[in-house]
Amino acid sequence: MKIFQQSFKFLALVLLVVLPTSIFAKDTKNDGGQVNTKEEVEAYILHHIQDSHDFSLFSYTNDEGERVHVGFPLPVILWTSEGLVTFMSSEFHHNDDGSVIVEKDGLKFAKIHSKIYELDKGASEVKFDEDHHATNAHRVLDFSITKSVVGILVIGLLMLFWFSKLARQYKKKQIPTGFGRVLEPLVLYVRDEIARPNIGEKHYRRFTGYLLTVFFFIWILNLAGLTPLGFNVTGQLAVTACLAIFTLIIYTASGNKDYWMHILWMPGVPVLIRPVLAVIELAGALLIKPFSLLVRLFANISAGHIVVMSLIAIMFTLKKELTPIGATGLSLVLSFFITLIEVLVAFLQAYIFTMLSALFIGMAVEEHEHH
Amino acid sequence: MDKLLNDFSPGLFVVSTILLLALIALMVKFAWKPILNSLNEREEGIQSALDAAENAKKEMENLQADNQKLLQEARLERETMLKEARGLKAKIIADAEEEAQAQASKMIAQAQAAIDSEKKAAMAELKSHVAGLSIDIAEKVVGKELSNKGSQEKLVEEMLGEATLN
Amino acid sequence: MVTYNLIGAGLIVIGAGIGLGQIGGKAMEGIARQPEATGKIQTAMIIIAALLEGLAFGALFLGK
Repeated sequence: MKIFQQSFKFLALVLLVVLPTSIFAKDTKNDGGQVNTKEEVEAYILHHIQDSHDFSLFSYTNDEGERVHVGFPLPVILWTSEGLVTFMSSEFHHNDDGSVIVEKDGLKFAKIHSKIYELDKGASEVKFDEDHHATNAHRVLDFSITKSVVGILVIGLLMLFWFSKLARQYKKKQIPTGFGRVLEPLVLYVRDEIARPNIGEKHYRRFTGYLLTVFFFIWILNLAGLTPLGFNVTGQLAVTACLAIFTLIIYTASGNKDYWMHILWMPGVPVLIRPVLAVIELAGALLIKPFSLLVRLFANISAGHIVVMSLIAIMFTLKKELTPIGATGLSLVLSFFITLIEVLVAFLQAYIFTMLSALFIGMAVEEHEHH
Repeated sequence: MDKLLNDFSPGLFVVSTILLLALIALMVKFAWKPILNSLNEREEGIQSALDAAENAKKEMENLQADNQKLLQEARLERETMLKEARGLKAKIIADAEEEAQAQASKMIAQAQAAIDSEKKAAMAELKSHVAGLSIDIAEKVVGKELSNKGSQEKLVEEMLGEATLN
Repeated sequence: MVTYNLIGAGLIVIGAGIGLGQIGGKAMEGIARQPEATGKIQTAMIIIAALLEGLAFGALFLGK
């Protein structure tokens, strides 16, 4: 019970910090921003799985036909052709097709599909070619505190809070109490089932910290993605790429002589084949391994989000064929079961990412018997 | 692939790299190190406690075996002592019997010797008495019968024969 | 163009499905034959399945 109270306190604190800045933003779209047709559903889903510059909780249409967004804006931090520019995302008024232009420090910015573009000098509005690419604007380096960054911060702080509390509990007594009892077996699981068997008894201690952090980071963020808050952090290519590159750096940096020998000059095969094998092995170690890591996590989580949202969208898309009650029932049942599967996938993907990282590290530090 | 690259946001990549590095460093310092150390300590504690219990059990077993051995030895000793005592008893009895026998036979022999010497003394006394008597008788007989020479000799012979009979 | 992509995606999914089926089926056979090796077989199965999945996703995204 205590831990629930503390979690509530924590949540309340977050909300207290955040709510005063939240606004009931209004935008005046003609259609009221409702999502009804298949095309709109598709666009909505694709919009959702991308990172967004403001944290919107929900939106509704008021009596005057205006769309009201409930949520809070996030700071936009850009590295432009003229240096650092910052403003709040509320200046875009939830516009996502480039029609709202924000002027700041003499530069013009537009947001198109969750990406911020800097307009070329002299341009006053974004022009598109037939493939819907902007012709007179270019992408800028966007260090904004986006929704994903907020997710990383919140989950990171939560992890720090939980696990440092667990660490402090051990100082007083041998067995943790409360929520620590849930966390301890998980820590032991990662250490004994992932790190130790895959890396080996001799070296696993050095890497357990990294593996534990990555495991809990991915798992908790996957689970957070299933909540109505709608984080899609582990479905962002940039985040998974970052994780995969960490693993790449760790196993490349800790590879021993045997590891490099097996990559560059494979013993036991004819000398002529060795350079060919070296190319393949190098590509495998430096490209394919991290690429498979990053794409697997990204694709699984994105696919999960798309499937869940598509099944929820059955509610509107099959309204005519199945009557509103039938469509709603079908969508509820299907999305309920797929969400259960997604809870499993959330764990499985964290497990697989961590285990493959451990395996790759294990391959790099393994000591071969000389034959 | 184009779309994938278009979705990739370098800014988010940089920000998440920085945040993750910080998170890993902080977690390792404030959470994983103390947690893993405490877990290791606890496991080692449990292991050593188990080892100690095992050792204590072994020691107990040894002790019990020792006790058993001691008991066995004590029993054996008692047995041998009893046996010895029994032997001693028999020997003492036998000795006593033997001694008694010897004593008895000695006493009998002494008694016999005493009887013999008494008898001899008595005999000697008797002889001397008989000789005295016979002298008396002879005096008397001689006094009366010395006139008859033949009967005299006959008497002497008779007397001598009788005397040698003893 | 879009149709060809979809056909390619279908082929990838068919291939990955056959592969995953093989992995899962053989792992089940292995577990049935040696129940005491369940843990090791499962780990190996997940690793191979993950590699196959990575390959399939890679192909899907390259085609997209």
